[in-house]
Amino acid sequence: MSNEVLSGHHDDHHDGHAHHDTGSMKVYGFWIYILSDLILFASLFATYAVLHNSYAGGVTGKDIFELPYVAVETAALLLSSITYGFAIIAMYKGSKSQVISWLMVTFVLGAVFIGMEINEFHHLIVEGHGPDKSAFLSAFFTLVGTHGLHVTSGLIWMATMIALISKDGITPTNKTRLLCLSLFWHFLDVVWICVFTIVYLLGVM
Amino acid sequence: MEHGHHEHSADVNHSSGVKSYLIGFVLSVILTAIPFGLVMLKTFSTATTILCVLAAAAVQVLVHLHYFLHMDRSAEQRETVVSFVFTVIILAIIIGGSMWIMQNLNHNTMIMGN
Repeated sequence: MSNEVLSGHHDDHHDGHAHHDTGSMKVYGFWIYILSDLILFASLFATYAVLHNSYAGGVTGKDIFELPYVAVETAALLLSSITYGFAIIAMYKGSKSQVISWLMVTFVLGAVFIGMEINEFHHLIVEGHGPDKSAFLSAFFTLVGTHGLHVTSGLIWMATMIALISKDGITPTNKTRLLCLSLFWHFLDVVWICVFTIVYLLGVM
Repeated sequence: MEHGHHEHSADVNHSSGVKSYLIGFVLSVILTAIPFGLVMLKTFSTATTILCVLAAAAVQVLVHLHYFLHMDRSAEQRETVVSFVFTVIILAIIIGGSMWIMQNLNHNTMIMGN
């Protein structure tokens, strides 16, 4: 079953329904993975909630968070959500060039987000506020860094999809992959809403 | 069959698809601008601001679930929604439980320390 969908070599031997059913089952399976990933984030949020006042005499959120900077990061990620949506619409229309263009726009926006986050982390560490300074900073770097790692994996996946679609076009297999990445990408935006609210907005108050 | 129907309807409704993403996007921009504005301008008292910020986040999560992840009350979405609600319960237990336990622990440790 799984090889049929993954390899995409059996397209000619099956009717649309077989692909549909295995495809939507895969998307549902991926959804279950996302829910388990949410539990990982929940434990990191719980850790942050417990440790967010443990400054160990060091800096507080008020000292290090810059809201305008975070607002730009948020805008980049939110825009990338809607451009990915446009890629999915283009996929249903069957327009290969549009899918690739929207995926590239999404990739650039995601890369802007990650670039800004790396810059923020670098800045903090250079200033002497690295994750080893206090429990608050450890929890902050772990939570935000884990989200950043997820976005980075999403970017690698997206680059792979751009290459695959350029090569093979919008095959049923690639459709399933794009739908899974869609879930992943929108899920990361949902987690980011919680991050900017709990960590940054409540952190500077 | 259900899924086939679902994808077929998605096939015909390109324009409504674009519209749905645009509505979700505009709502998200508003629900992001409000909490950032409230915190940066310090219009209200701290408690009111915290409540507004948390409410805006909760609504925005629902907006994303509906307009971007396409969760709704239709039959083909039922399993997705049920599994998500189950996960939310687990999240509440993990986060709420951790905070509750650690707060009590902090409290008790302080009393013993004194």
